[in-house]
Amino acid sequence: MVSKPHGGKLVRRIVAERTRERILSEQGEYPHVAIDHGRAIDLENIAHGVYSPLKGFLTSDDFQGVLDEMRLTNDLPWTIPIVLDVKKPNFDEGDAVLLYYGDLPIARMHVEEIYTYEKRELAVKVFKTEDINHPGVARVMEMGDYLVGGEIELLNEVPNPFAKYTLRPVETRVLFKELGWKTIVAFQTRNVPHLGHEYVQKAALTFVDGLFVNPVLGRKKKGDYKDEVIIKAYEALFKHYYPKDAATLATVRYEMRYAGPREAIHHAIMRKNMGATHFIVGRDHAGVGDYYGPYEAWDTFDNFPDLGITPMFIREAFYCKKCGGMVNAKICPHSEEFHVHISGTKLRKMIMAGEQPPEYMMRPEVYEVVRSFENPFVE
Amino acid sequence: MHFEPEVVKVEELVAIKIPKSLHERIKERIEGTGFESVDEYVTYVLREVLANLEEEEEEVFSEEEEEKVKERLRALGYLD
Repeated sequence: MVSKPHGGKLVRRIVAERTRERILSEQGEYPHVAIDHGRAIDLENIAHGVYSPLKGFLTSDDFQGVLDEMRLTNDLPWTIPIVLDVKKPNFDEGDAVLLYYGDLPIARMHVEEIYTYEKRELAVKVFKTEDINHPGVARVMEMGDYLVGGEIELLNEVPNPFAKYTLRPVETRVLFKELGWKTIVAFQTRNVPHLGHEYVQKAALTFVDGLFVNPVLGRKKKGDYKDEVIIKAYEALFKHYYPKDAATLATVRYEMRYAGPREAIHHAIMRKNMGATHFIVGRDHAGVGDYYGPYEAWDTFDNFPDLGITPMFIREAFYCKKCGGMVNAKICPHSEEFHVHISGTKLRKMIMAGEQPPEYMMRPEVYEVVRSFENPFVE
Repeated sequence: MHFEPEVVKVEELVAIKIPKSLHERIKERIEGTGFESVDEYVTYVLREVLANLEEEEEEVFSEEEEEKVKERLRALGYLD
């Protein structure tokens, strides 16, 4: 049996077609609130149950609970504040407002609460730093001074160029059931796969029925691989090296926060809602720079005996010349001189220079895909 | 970088009575572990037990909804 959704029930907040038509025909009667791309994607994730049990943006009690205890007021684990910020509200508590991304009405929101917060507190508690060089902190410092909490109903989605690769929790749950998988390990990624990733995924798959590779598509940092490159590279890897009946690939739209250990828990909850029973937590999960210890996320899972998804802690894989294969520090007895670490940065440099990485670093079929793009990286 | 000590607001707590002998056993058991109090240990264990019990209930989709989803999955090539 796949994982039960977080909180027990998969949230769905998509309005029925007739209601949608009515709301859209009455657009002018609602206060308009402009939102950015990340909030539009959060709305989609709330509406499709990726963020179950959330039915909307956090109200102040839940917000404070998430900051202080990493739990919602109903005691459920929740580590990343999903909030809607505004500079100055043009509406009151109790109002219904329409949330717009550009000209597109994305959702109707029932404003339960408007409240203020401390940006520094949010940054330090979630990101463990107030350094504005941290991309998550930089985003917090740009946020409006007010937060708005309340339930939402989805009206439209931001156009998705990768819609055919994007599966919602309802779909992944049916898919796993149809495939006959009872135990499913999910792998979160925002990179083109190298041999280290493949090793980690296959090591985990050894213990469960199916592998669910779930790349995150969305706003990225300069130098990250473009979304289409990641998808095509994984398609090539799956075609040539993965068992068809035991591995599947689908994307999820999500704005990375780079909150390290807290975000690792959040990623696990998202995959639990998609039906995964296990979640791979590797080295420096959701980290950036050196703000978090390489395996700090592993310890954070100790706080959540009630998470409802089993973390699989798998060490960084590297190639050992003496062993003649991919290994990790736990299983290889040889000294560092025999080890070749597969660094993403090193691979990027090789790719940029038009140099094909050796086969023990990257599959040739994957490299062929990457080099077929004029510029595979975000500028 | 210097940080001021973090002020953590603690959620409201309630008292639960358990036999004194059990309290003593737990106290002995948590010595040298990461648990700093019997309260902390009991909270941890109860959360784990409740989560396991709640896992046993199964989610049900309507047949119609499930068929619609299967159609999309077939169209996308996920199912034969």
